[in-house]
Amino acid sequence: MSSGHHGTAAALAGAVRAGETTAAREIENAFGRIREAAGLHAFLSVREEAAREEAAAVDRRVAEGDGGDLPLAGVPVAVKDNIVVARGPTTCGSKLLEPYVSPFDATAIVRLREAGAIVVGKTNLDEFAMGSSTENSAFGPTRNPHEPTRVPGGSSGGSVAAVAAGCVPLALGSETGGSVRQPAAFCGVVGVKPTYGRVSRYGLVAFGSSLDQIGTVGATVEDAALLLSVIAGSDPHDATSASDPVGDLSAGLDDGEVAGTRIGWPAEYFGEGLDPAILAACEAARDALAGAGGEIVDVSLPHSPYGIAVYYTVAIAEASSNLARYDGVRYGLRAGAGDLSAMYLKTRAAFGAELKRRIMLGTYVLSAGYYEAFYGKGTAVRARIRGDFERAWERVDAILTPTTPAPAFKIGEKADDPLAMYLNDIYTVSANLAGIPAISVPWGRTPEVPDRPALPIGVQLMGPDFSERRLFEIARFLERKAPPP
Amino acid sequence: MTVSSDDVRHVAGLARLELTDDEVERLRRELSTILEYVEQLEGLEAGRATELPAPDQPLRPDVVERWEDVRPLLDAAPDLVDGLFRVPRVIE
Repeated sequence: MSSGHHGTAAALAGAVRAGETTAAREIENAFGRIREAAGLHAFLSVREEAAREEAAAVDRRVAEGDGGDLPLAGVPVAVKDNIVVARGPTTCGSKLLEPYVSPFDATAIVRLREAGAIVVGKTNLDEFAMGSSTENSAFGPTRNPHEPTRVPGGSSGGSVAAVAAGCVPLALGSETGGSVRQPAAFCGVVGVKPTYGRVSRYGLVAFGSSLDQIGTVGATVEDAALLLSVIAGSDPHDATSASDPVGDLSAGLDDGEVAGTRIGWPAEYFGEGLDPAILAACEAARDALAGAGGEIVDVSLPHSPYGIAVYYTVAIAEASSNLARYDGVRYGLRAGAGDLSAMYLKTRAAFGAELKRRIMLGTYVLSAGYYEAFYGKGTAVRARIRGDFERAWERVDAILTPTTPAPAFKIGEKADDPLAMYLNDIYTVSANLAGIPAISVPWGRTPEVPDRPALPIGVQLMGPDFSERRLFEIARFLERKAPPP
Repeated sequence: MTVSSDDVRHVAGLARLELTDDEVERLRRELSTILEYVEQLEGLEAGRATELPAPDQPLRPDVVERWEDVRPLLDAAPDLVDGLFRVPRVIE
């Protein structure tokens, strides 16, 4: 790794504000690290020229004594390539949007700029964020920095790999069913899925509109929280963004009191199919909380086992509707000649296999005769999943679970079994379906066994709507107690 | 749940997807497997609609905002003529 600031984003921003380093130097270091890690294929595009101009502007502000209120002064940030950054590409990992240049910034990007952060590049993802391994990108897979024969998880695999490899201290991802938390667990970093509505989706390419949320990735809990503080809050451009006050999500997390905190332990998350090393990690995290005076409470989330079935009715139905806009008329790829119908068919033929599968499933469950049996039923059971959580919050402040049933799998291992791939998200989808916040925190590694090296493990905390601050305090406690990565 | 090849072709038509015979057969198998998995929801009791996540959705003031530079919006089009999107003829 080349020289440069190896501290946290919070420390780096402080050093830039204090004039100890410059934004210009820090982004050059980031570009160097991105080049060194090119074999991981975490980035789809790097915006060197634009980033240099933006860094120079931040350095001018600091030099003029006007940089004191920039919480991310000069911090290089990677952005998943389904969040638009003005005057640059946003491909969504798809041939359909390969020619697209965005005329505007997503609200999250506007807020990053206002905070002094510098977007250094756009990261790889499963096509339109649909997948759990980043193997579905039209531009080739991303590799896990800990073990390059394995997937980084997905769909935010590029953003997570970029942070895990040390290219950048912070990255934005997006979540529909676990697309930030699952790769964060696979790569040994912190991944946050905020409450539905916490972050504006203006400029996030739509997948499942009742589920989508921009999430944050950081090497530390404090960094992931700091990034969320910057991008969160209501936005006139997104009617689903919540007006609840954001508050300071990252300052003084060490002072958070674990004693007396009630931690739920749901039996449904510790049954068959869970890797024994991940179970042991969760038990160790639970015992650490109990040892500090936390109260461990058995809770039941009886509808959680139906999460994947509900998800694959609701999410695919919304996806097939959202993807109907890719018709080759106003932007993106256009293929085919002759009549309008041929143009639609040839243009949409550029979708990859997983996209076609989901569009077909979504169109099927919304079609006449099946709507009630599938989409209607999925929505009805979704309400039960949320109801389970609401009952749990009467007794606990947060819930502790594994993030994934198993550690990172090999590239290609699940490519021919879509259902096995979907079941990877069994512990993460419920938070999206219920709209609640959740965070994955690293907790050591699996033991080394034949044919499997030691791989990172993530434990998950879920909490009531808008309880991000509380979750970060508990997560920070776990981070201090966790075995070394 | 068994999905037929005709079902697959019908749904592909609705979704404006052109599929090869191999794709039809593969999707027929995959859709059957996945929909069979989803059928475990049958028989479960419905929850209350009020339990669905729903942020307050205030409307913003209905004020016209000018998008100052429309050129990049238009430049994104695959086929633009005199500031208009050109598409294949739909009316003979």
